[in-house]
Amino acid sequence: MPTPEEIKQRIEAAIPGARAEVEDYTGGGDHFRATVVAAAFAGRSRIEQHKLVYDVFGAEIGGPIHALSLKTEAAKAQPDATSGAVNV
Amino acid sequence: MSESESNPIREAIAEAISEHETILFMKGTPEAPACGFSARTVATLQSLQAPFAAVDVLPDARIRQELAAISGWPTIPQLFHRGDLIGGCDIVCEMYESGELADALGIAGNGEHTGGPTEPEPTVAQSNGFTQIENRLS
Repeated sequence: MPTPEEIKQRIEAAIPGARAEVEDYTGGGDHFRATVVAAAFAGRSRIEQHKLVYDVFGAEIGGPIHALSLKTEAAKAQPDATSGAVNV
Repeated sequence: MSESESNPIREAIAEAISEHETILFMKGTPEAPACGFSARTVATLQSLQAPFAAVDVLPDARIRQELAAISGWPTIPQLFHRGDLIGGCDIVCEMYESGELADALGIAGNGEHTGGPTEPEPTVAQSNGFTQIENRLS
């Protein structure tokens, strides 16, 4: 069963420049919530951003990882970005 | 792997996606969702009074497999509008909160009437819009 830390590391290793925060939000080890900020997301739609993250886990999504809830954000410098400090 | 040339389930799914302006693939039904993510997505659409057809993926595991093959999206629910995947629960809810969902679905946002039509498709009630893929196979 993956831990939030493992999921975080795998996302950060697979997506260039990604920073991830992962929590197990049911405590059951199979429902995770991740916030991922990555430069690689710039210029991509939400669908594409989420697919990049899902692709890290392939068939594990729906298997050992029952649910991976995602919030993604492009790490492009946004002057008025208020949510989360993003250092690029 | 080895796929037979005719794939009736995949064809039925593709047809359902193209036939319905807005269609949600979910676990359970809008009246009785079988998963919290599906329930949230249904509630979001209903709060916008967005007409949508729904497909329950649970009766046959192949529906989910073939849907994932078509959309490239691994999880349920999946919302399509005019043939395009809008997203799953996270994206739908995020777009709802930012106000983008009403635009994406081509419906007027809450309280902001700019003179356009406010009832795009009043004919499709949720239960009437329910589509059963497995029933198309016989």
